[in-house]
Amino acid sequence: MAETVNESWKKSPGMFASLLAPPTLFLFAFLLAPLFVVWTYSFGHNEGLTEITVDGTFANYAHALNPLYLSILIKSFAFAAFTTFICLAAGFPIALAITFAKAKTKSWLLLLIMLPFWTNLLIRTYALMALLRTQGYVNGFLHIVWNGIAGVLHLVHGPALPAFQPLDLLYNNFAVVLGLVYVQLPFMVLPLYSALDRLDRSLLEASLDLGAGHLRTMVQVVLPLAMPGVASGILVTLIPSVGAFLTPDLLGGVDSQMIANVIERQFKAANDWPFGAAISFLLMYVTFVAIALQSVFAPKKEARS
Amino acid sequence: MSRSRPGPLDYLARWPLRAWMVATTVFLYSPLLTLMVFSFNNSRRNIVWRGFTLDYYAQVLGDDSLIQAFINSLTIALISTLFSVLLGAATALLLWRFRFPFKAGLEGGLALPIVVPEICMGVALLVFFTKVLPWPTNMVWPFNLGVIIIAHISFSFSFVASVVRARLASFNREQEEAARDLGASEWRTLIDVILPHMRPGLVAGGLLAFTLSLDDFVITFFTSGPDTTTFPVKVYSMIRFSVTPEVNAASTLLIVITVALTAIALRLQGSDGAAATAPH
Repeated sequence: MAETVNESWKKSPGMFASLLAPPTLFLFAFLLAPLFVVWTYSFGHNEGLTEITVDGTFANYAHALNPLYLSILIKSFAFAAFTTFICLAAGFPIALAITFAKAKTKSWLLLLIMLPFWTNLLIRTYALMALLRTQGYVNGFLHIVWNGIAGVLHLVHGPALPAFQPLDLLYNNFAVVLGLVYVQLPFMVLPLYSALDRLDRSLLEASLDLGAGHLRTMVQVVLPLAMPGVASGILVTLIPSVGAFLTPDLLGGVDSQMIANVIERQFKAANDWPFGAAISFLLMYVTFVAIALQSVFAPKKEARS
Repeated sequence: MSRSRPGPLDYLARWPLRAWMVATTVFLYSPLLTLMVFSFNNSRRNIVWRGFTLDYYAQVLGDDSLIQAFINSLTIALISTLFSVLLGAATALLLWRFRFPFKAGLEGGLALPIVVPEICMGVALLVFFTKVLPWPTNMVWPFNLGVIIIAHISFSFSFVASVVRARLASFNREQEEAARDLGASEWRTLIDVILPHMRPGLVAGGLLAFTLSLDDFVITFFTSGPDTTTFPVKVYSMIRFSVTPEVNAASTLLIVITVALTAIALRLQGSDGAAATAPH
């Protein structure tokens, strides 16, 4: 981490106070206070149309654990875990190739992976919609190929093909996972790359020299050493995926709603804020547990360099 | 370190990895490139190429509500960036310089916008600005954007702080000691010696905050009202149910703007800030 001066605040209390006050006040007023209010609402219930009474009830949490919502929570995790697995499997070879590329190629490759990540999430999701929908580019392309094949078959007096049936690529679970992978892949590659880049190359060379194959070297030497990077890659992919709102909202169908969509519905259409508050705090607790697990899992290794 | 000879570790030279790299690039870029190319397509159905046109750009630029949303987005981004840089710089200086009780607590609080799911922050701010601190309605522009501006500051200033802090790490303290020895006061030293050193970090952090603000959808979605629409929120309402060439054109414009801004930010912050913006 950054070198710090680490001077006692008592040496210059005036400067300390004037630097401390604005960010701390802002943090308390517009971050901690709003989160606290939502937290208290999660123990309340609707009184009439707009009033919310906080009476310390756990009914909202109990409601959140009924089978319908529990299955959505589990589904969100399943989607996120599947997404993370695909990102890890797809991202590891990329991170590896970038790590051992020549210095100049390396920065270009990193840029290549990062560039899509700079464009708006909404636009990236929209781009996938345009690609996957029934009259989308993928189906359009398949249609042309299909007609081509049909034409060739017609010329050689082969069997006639049935009319082209567009594939259902959008508004289903497949589209949601594809969208999540599309959005999260750069997040996975970066921490993997920074962990692999720190590896002592002589260890890999030693393993290869001593007769281990590339695959065995990966599994037995590289992977254990890169574990902190793998752990933080999993974390930065898993957490935003569990709480994803736009991807399931725009790409998902009726039965591919995730937990964030339920939260949004409670705060907008359904107008059940206490229940929405309870679900969003469940999501936050889960997130904090994941972060705590990661810091237990990869304790001191990150601090080494 | 570059390797001059292709060794056993030169994985990029192996064809399976090369093929994988190409496949991933196609996966990452083809949706965006198709979107951009077809924004120039002279066809409403927009599947087959029917010739080049700028009609949809003209329509986008002639759409008053879209332009208003874009102006709102830019205004929000500018104002929230200004405050994020001020707060972020103060935070960075504070954490870099001082040892104080509850420092770890403050650092934990600053990590909140990074770790709390966006949807939770969005609803928290919605509740807060509806129930606890209702923003006065019918305020004159741009004050009606206040809620969104505050929301954007609250998620971007800690990112600015980490970029600026990374920059401060390379400050040579002897310069500060020299200034103090030569009679400069503490504040004078801060303004004349430390601040110039911070400048690249401030600019990079500012551009980061600007891009974060311009790009944000989820939190803005919960804090915007009917009269305070931003560009992403407006685009969302347009694409909710259909794919149209106008949206392609509007998206292309936003892609070009954000990519250009981020490229400038990356160039300015060089190597020492890159570590702070990369997720770890």
